[in-house]
Amino acid sequence: MRSIWFCQPNPSAFRLLWNIVVCLTIGLNSFGCQKIESNRVCLVSSLPRTGVSKQLSDEVVRGIRLAIDEVKAKAGRFTLEYRDLDNSAAASGRWTSEGEAANARMAVEDSDVMAYIGTLNSGAARVSMPILNYADLLMVSPANTAVGLTKPGLGLPGEPNVYRPSGRLNYIRVVPADDLQGPLAADWAFERGVRRVFVIDDAGVYGRGVASLFADRCREQGMTVLDHVSIDPQAAEFKSFVGSVMSADPDLVYFGGSARTKGGQLARDLVSAESEAILLVSDGCRTEAFLEAAGAASLEGRCFATSAGLSPQQADCEEKLLFLRYRQKYGTCPSNAAIHGYEAARLVIRAITDVGQKDRRAIVESAFASQVDDGVLGQWGIDANGDTTLQEVSVSVVRDGKFVHEEVMSTAGIGKKDGSR
Amino acid sequence: MDVASFLEQCGIGITSGGFLGLIAVGYTLVYGTVGLIHFAHGDVVMLGGCLSLAILSFLVPLPVDPLTGCLIVVLAATCSGLFCGCMNVCIDQFVYRPLRNAPPLSPLVSTIGVSFVLMNVGLVWIGPTDRAFPEIFLESTRLIGGVPVAMADFLVLVIIVPPVFCLYILLRQTRFGRSLRSIAAITRATARSGEAGKLVIATFFISGFLGGVASVAAGVHATTINYQMGHQMGLYAITAAVLGGIGSVPGAIVGGLIVGLIRAISVALLGPRWAITSVFLVLIIFLAFRPQGIFGKSKTRGGQR
Repeated sequence: MRSIWFCQPNPSAFRLLWNIVVCLTIGLNSFGCQKIESNRVCLVSSLPRTGVSKQLSDEVVRGIRLAIDEVKAKAGRFTLEYRDLDNSAAASGRWTSEGEAANARMAVEDSDVMAYIGTLNSGAARVSMPILNYADLLMVSPANTAVGLTKPGLGLPGEPNVYRPSGRLNYIRVVPADDLQGPLAADWAFERGVRRVFVIDDAGVYGRGVASLFADRCREQGMTVLDHVSIDPQAAEFKSFVGSVMSADPDLVYFGGSARTKGGQLARDLVSAESEAILLVSDGCRTEAFLEAAGAASLEGRCFATSAGLSPQQADCEEKLLFLRYRQKYGTCPSNAAIHGYEAARLVIRAITDVGQKDRRAIVESAFASQVDDGVLGQWGIDANGDTTLQEVSVSVVRDGKFVHEEVMSTAGIGKKDGSR
Repeated sequence: MDVASFLEQCGIGITSGGFLGLIAVGYTLVYGTVGLIHFAHGDVVMLGGCLSLAILSFLVPLPVDPLTGCLIVVLAATCSGLFCGCMNVCIDQFVYRPLRNAPPLSPLVSTIGVSFVLMNVGLVWIGPTDRAFPEIFLESTRLIGGVPVAMADFLVLVIIVPPVFCLYILLRQTRFGRSLRSIAAITRATARSGEAGKLVIATFFISGFLGGVASVAAGVHATTINYQMGHQMGLYAITAAVLGGIGSVPGAIVGGLIVGLIRAISVALLGPRWAITSVFLVLIIFLAFRPQGIFGKSKTRGGQR
């Protein structure tokens, strides 16, 4: 008996069957792909989700999620999908180059990803910027302040072109850079009557940058910069060092750095040594981690922090819809980080909506052309370098165990806005 | 730097050098007994600091008067010492003991592995940020014999002097101490069993206990602790042990004091970034002239110590 498997096939019927299978496969695949590609757009963020910066990252992510929720996860005809990527390692407690590079590569390789929100740290941005630039992927930072990332002639040699290997721009930040924060902090100190300053930094990209700009401006203002010293951010304490600070007898001690790089310990040791100098810290220290390490009670009324942009605690911001929604959703007022995360996400969503197609270059160009009239922090846009046109820096003071808004400074002059509560 | 500043820096250096010396004794005891640099020792100390922070933060209302403060801190140091001693014994029995006959690199790599594991335990325990050590005393300085004394520095001495004294008695006056010194270099094979095995367990316990006590002193001195503190303290303590002559208990203590002094004075003169560089520069130069350290014995041609 002949098996059915050995029967002679009918060539024409076989060919017909084969063609049907091929057509169905191609048709279904292309239909499926087209359907996914046409409806889904991915927005990723790359932030340190463990370690000292986790709290700040959480706030940025909350802001992003709120912006997405406001548009019901829709950007024009696209459905928005948000991926919260981690660029840190638990062992180091901070962002890592490997983590940041992996996130950037993943975003580039996924054709659905149309925007990359990050990073929190300027050093991390240096890793991912060239990777994303090659792919023309829009990168919007809610927190980077190092001047070299965008401004020619102010950073390291070769900056910012080294981050733009394609020759085109794709990086935007929604916070003012350190060339605003450092000098305006010096202006604030001068207005306060400070004449002798001792400048300390954490030897990092951000800390050293902002501290140097502060020191330069102090000299321009005629103040005496007693010394500018970098600390070892791995040191357990600074008792010996604080002795030299005290012997210089400064009116003000400025620290450029963050809580992660021992800002809290330094403040604690200064207070323990019974220093009477005012302590002014950069925005990296404007965190609960800093207050916890330093001991908030001992800093009451004598420790000030600058932060780029307007403070969320300003009275004229209180009535904004964002604040109501944020409080409704998370039970607290949004911090600076949350607001900048929110604004970054809104910028991205608006650009995707305006372009209406998955064209990374067009989305970048649309974002650069953005003019925000209904921003949480007022009207702002993006300049030719990718920087925000906002020119304000807020000063906060430690009061009742937390940072409370004190003043707003801008390049137009220092204007007191009493929004403190 | 004027004389007053110099003396102040010396005070800071001796205080920090004291607890570094205590940690260095842990390294030197373990090395002298089983020939192993126990790299995880710094992280054991860090976990001791976490425990003492928990005890001082949650169990006792602080600050208090000096006598009560001293008693509370001695209690915390004892608890922390017992905890670290037991942890050290467990690490030895479960991780190092099976590797006694392994090639030298195997236990070395496993000590580094244990160090990372413990660091992550600390991360989970106290979180990623610096945690403030509670203020013990109501007053920060007190006049003792007309001289203003920082109470924190006084407390560090209260914590570290008794264990050093007890260790001296233990090593010099007891049968256990004589046995320990006589086996200054137990071979790996004999360390696995019998009386030598018990001595190894005791050595790891004592080394951990001293580390636990030192962790409280470190917390009081620095006023904060964090999960990465073990790394740098361990680095300084190993340096102290090598400088003093690895295997020598008095050498470890003297080495600790020297490292503390170099660190404090270099920070004051050159700035905080140069502390580690200065300490290691002195170590390199010193070892070039005296490779065996201050109290170490030089090797003979036959390799006998």
